[in-house]
Amino acid sequence: MSIVTDSHAVAEEARNRTFGPLYSRNAKAVISRGLMATKSTNWLVMLSGFFEPVLFLISMGVGLGAIVGAVQGPDGTEISYAAYIAPALLAVSAMNGAVYDSTWNVFFKMNFAKLYQGMLYTSLGPLDVALGEIFLALLRGLLYATGFTAVMGVMGLITTPWAILMIPASVLIAFGFASLGMGITSFLKTFQQMDWINFIMLPMFLFSATFYPLSVYPQYIQWLIQAMPLWHGVELLRQISVGAFTPATAIHVGYYVLMTALGMLLTTVRLRKLFLK
Amino acid sequence: MPPSAVPEAQVQVLFHIPEGSTSLRRVHNKAIVSSSPSAGHPIKQHTVIAAQDLRKTYGDLAAVDGISFSVAAGESFGLLGPNGAGKSTTMKMIGAVTQRTSGQLSIMGLDPDSHGPEVRANLGVVPQQDNLDEELRVRDNLLVYGRYFGLPMSYLKPKADELLEFAQLTDKAKSKVDALSGGMKRRLTIARSLINEPRILLLDEPTTGLDPQARHILWDRLFRLKEQGVTLILTTHYMDEAEQLCDRLIVVDKGRIMAEGSPAQLIREHSTREVLELRFGSERNTTVGADLQGIGERLEALPDRVLIYAHDGEAALEEVTSRGLRPLTSLVRRSSLEDVFLRLTGRSLVD
Repeated sequence: MSIVTDSHAVAEEARNRTFGPLYSRNAKAVISRGLMATKSTNWLVMLSGFFEPVLFLISMGVGLGAIVGAVQGPDGTEISYAAYIAPALLAVSAMNGAVYDSTWNVFFKMNFAKLYQGMLYTSLGPLDVALGEIFLALLRGLLYATGFTAVMGVMGLITTPWAILMIPASVLIAFGFASLGMGITSFLKTFQQMDWINFIMLPMFLFSATFYPLSVYPQYIQWLIQAMPLWHGVELLRQISVGAFTPATAIHVGYYVLMTALGMLLTTVRLRKLFLK
Repeated sequence: MPPSAVPEAQVQVLFHIPEGSTSLRRVHNKAIVSSSPSAGHPIKQHTVIAAQDLRKTYGDLAAVDGISFSVAAGESFGLLGPNGAGKSTTMKMIGAVTQRTSGQLSIMGLDPDSHGPEVRANLGVVPQQDNLDEELRVRDNLLVYGRYFGLPMSYLKPKADELLEFAQLTDKAKSKVDALSGGMKRRLTIARSLINEPRILLLDEPTTGLDPQARHILWDRLFRLKEQGVTLILTTHYMDEAEQLCDRLIVVDKGRIMAEGSPAQLIREHSTREVLELRFGSERNTTVGADLQGIGERLEALPDRVLIYAHDGEAALEEVTSRGLRPLTSLVRRSSLEDVFLRLTGRSLVD
């Protein structure tokens, strides 16, 4: 048998790999655990996450929309108020789902359920756990986005085949928030600190040009909003929903690609610090 | 620390299980044989754990302050000591979840700091606090935990049923975890730790917080594992547990080893055959000492009782009464590890 020599070569190689002791290529075990847990206990929570944006869409879009009437869409043509806010609500829902999954959910499993502690006593590494959890968050985001896009279709708010791209774009938005959220959660130790997350999320939801155009703000407020991640998500999905693409589309996508990369980097560095002590 | 991981090829060796086989043992052996020559120093034939001057400091605090020991395959090895002695920290270093500050540590010939996932593949861990997956049902807990080791379902399904049987939880297979009693949860945690057929089982205070009956059931199960040749490493602050389960143990205090040996050996070396326990009431226990001088070989005055160490406890009691002293209660018993600990550290095990 040549196991001895083979394994030495691989072991040597592994020692030089950056992710070394953090990763054992088994994130799928974490994913299948999440799916099993969802099946047995969490599906109601998941259902509520789907209805939230739908309820907003009905109340604001249909209800408030009756007073507002038609508004100017991203390509300059007039669209119904519901069609204007629907992509924004989808972006908000992608953000909320990803942030919930990567912050509160991770915080609880890390500090109270001691779930990760149990996982890390096995051959899993912290990066397997992180990748598995982020994948689950994205899968959930994908389901919500698909459901919400279908609702938009049923309500007659979709006018172009481009709109189907809102689904992958929502997953990208979720990826950005989930990876950064997990990195940030690793710093937080108490419930009071966790509340800061809500403190940031709520204003971002209300003011990121979700319900009205950015132009209502004075210039410096506009800059502030444009620096925030949610605005890029809202604008990106709004553009896709009518198939109106501009150079800004690339900037919005780039923003999330960068955010995802930085978030994953932060998460990895933090996991190394937290679990390899 | 050198970055490293499970070499992928080796993981496949470890985890490749022939269809229909329920034993991982042989496969494990292969991995061990293949990797032991890579350790920096020669290891005795059957040594599975070797620690040399092991040290772990958190800031200024030395949780583990230079301990050395080795454990042979199939041995039942105990770490006895009070809370804060460094037992759990030592367990975490063995379990490859905490990196040591200095010293040598080899688990099955592998350095846990650089081969964490591989080392953990050979271990079963029962942590101090149950960390069962409350979102999964009893049997699913075993299956999912096995998946974390990369084991295939074809192996896990029969194995899970076998372990439920072993843990006397077969009729609870579909129950929710939080519906189980404390003793059942503990047994499930032990069953879970056996899912990968570990070479070494780490038990951190396995029976703390359980009622006497649940403890005895658990001891019985652990004893069976020991009979099957599983190497047990356990920490405890219960001397009866250590006496029941450990072939050999180290007494640890403040991160250092105070003594090492079999329970009987430690008692022989550090205590007398019998102990006379006297209670004179809380005021007099500490002051009565002068009147008891010369009785037995040694005298220990504690706030709640006086201990007289003697070869013959009854004779010592007669001597006490002949001096006109009237204790409220008296008890003659065999020396235990508690006495050894008291002798070595001047303190009780359980405060």
